[in-house]
Amino acid sequence: MTALVPLADVTYVEPWWMAILKSIVIFLVGLQILPVMIVAERKILGRLQNRIGPNRVGPFGMLQPMAEIVKFATKEQFRPRTAIGWLFAFAPVISILTAVAALAIVPFGDTVDIFGTRTGLYGIDVTIGPLYLFAFGAVAFYGIMLGGWASGSKYSFLGSMRAAAQLISYEVSQGLALVGVLMTAQTLSLVGIVHAQEGMWYIVPQAIGFIIFLVAGFAETNRPPFDLVEADAELVQGYMTEYGGTRMVAYLFAEYLNVLVVSLVVTTVYLGGWLLPFGIDPPTWVDPFVVLFKMSLFIFFFFWIRATLPRLRYDQLMGLGWKVLLPLATLNTLVTAVILVAVD
Amino acid sequence: MPWTPGDDVIAVQRAPKPGGAGGLYRAFGETLRGLKTTFARIPEGPTTLQYPEEKTPVYPRFRGRHRLHRFADTGLEKCVGCSLCAAACPADCIRVVAAENTPEHRVSAGERYAAVYEINLSRCIFCGYCEVACPFDAITMGHDYEMSDYHRPDLIFTKEMLLVEPFERTPLRAEGE
Repeated sequence: MTALVPLADVTYVEPWWMAILKSIVIFLVGLQILPVMIVAERKILGRLQNRIGPNRVGPFGMLQPMAEIVKFATKEQFRPRTAIGWLFAFAPVISILTAVAALAIVPFGDTVDIFGTRTGLYGIDVTIGPLYLFAFGAVAFYGIMLGGWASGSKYSFLGSMRAAAQLISYEVSQGLALVGVLMTAQTLSLVGIVHAQEGMWYIVPQAIGFIIFLVAGFAETNRPPFDLVEADAELVQGYMTEYGGTRMVAYLFAEYLNVLVVSLVVTTVYLGGWLLPFGIDPPTWVDPFVVLFKMSLFIFFFFWIRATLPRLRYDQLMGLGWKVLLPLATLNTLVTAVILVAVD
Repeated sequence: MPWTPGDDVIAVQRAPKPGGAGGLYRAFGETLRGLKTTFARIPEGPTTLQYPEEKTPVYPRFRGRHRLHRFADTGLEKCVGCSLCAAACPADCIRVVAAENTPEHRVSAGERYAAVYEINLSRCIFCGYCEVACPFDAITMGHDYEMSDYHRPDLIFTKEMLLVEPFERTPLRAEGE
């Protein structure tokens, strides 16, 4: 039976209905967090700038995303004459697909008994963990690239070229930063990495790696200060220039989902996932909430950074990626390796 | 010899000096300082005024919509229809047509009164010259600044509209505020 799920590194077999149930639950939870995140971003940004933020639609402006979805959904579906139709429609789908796929391997808790079957509180525990993440990160790049190219507009194309250069540059440092953790944990499974953090979270021994991963994560999600892909003031909207209505929402959705995924991965890899400090061992049902709480801290940090740092220039972006983060990540990997060998 | 600007130089806050590990450290420090700066805005609270519900108080000498006045004791209009305000108006937005007071029909305290007094608020520049020109203090600038309307003809205010005690829609700033 295990031969049917070669990706999963589990010592038990999950019934098929449990896998479906879990994927639905994870997808729905992820989907419900997004509108909350959008309101939270605007309200927190407001507070960080002595403003209030949206407060007109619904109680405390909580229904703002609903109003916006209605607005976007009722817009005309427009596409330039030069666009390549099916690619133009398909590109946002790739972006969403990869963002959702990455959500599958994030562990929200250890294995528990649900309806008498032993099951893990995660979509799937793959033996290649971070590689799966990077694989889908690389496919996400197709979503952006095809979107810009299929638009048939040179500005979209320029935006997508920038995006491509940025994603490639920062993926390298991100991967190298993670190597330090993988060497210390000696496993590629994200559940295994969380278990390896019992005693000490990797944010302490891997502080440099954590910062590199976080900075690269900002660049990977095209969030400020690395949002020069869409650079509202200069490029209109980058690769999204020709998109409107629900297709643009799909891209924005993917972007916010990526923020969610990066926050969850940082939580898992560096902040001990569902573990609590000082030996507090709560019942298992608390675990997903611990993960969600830690995730929301990082999401807040994303908003905080957005309110603080100005956008980088293109040469500064490349300089930071190749001249600062890459050598630092390499050094971090080397030092970790040397220490690991010396300690053994 | 380089030019020395002397004491007039204004110190401009610069980015951290770039280059090397030191530059990286300084940039990181400046980032943290920036984060602190933005975070300090949260305890300060928002400074937003929820406009339609809350209004910015105006100063006592604020020049808002005009008002025409009556004598408090007799109830007669102060305006005598002299058209000095219309003459002073740089935007040419005031129209006055005067008529004679008669013992049976007495409107103002003077010999004549303004039979028609119209201010076209879509042309008015709120300079206050009419107020200065008026010899009887019959016209003054009020505090109302909420005068938008859907049709231009609605912005021509007639004597009756200017004479009524306006519905005080704007708060006045307290002394020394």
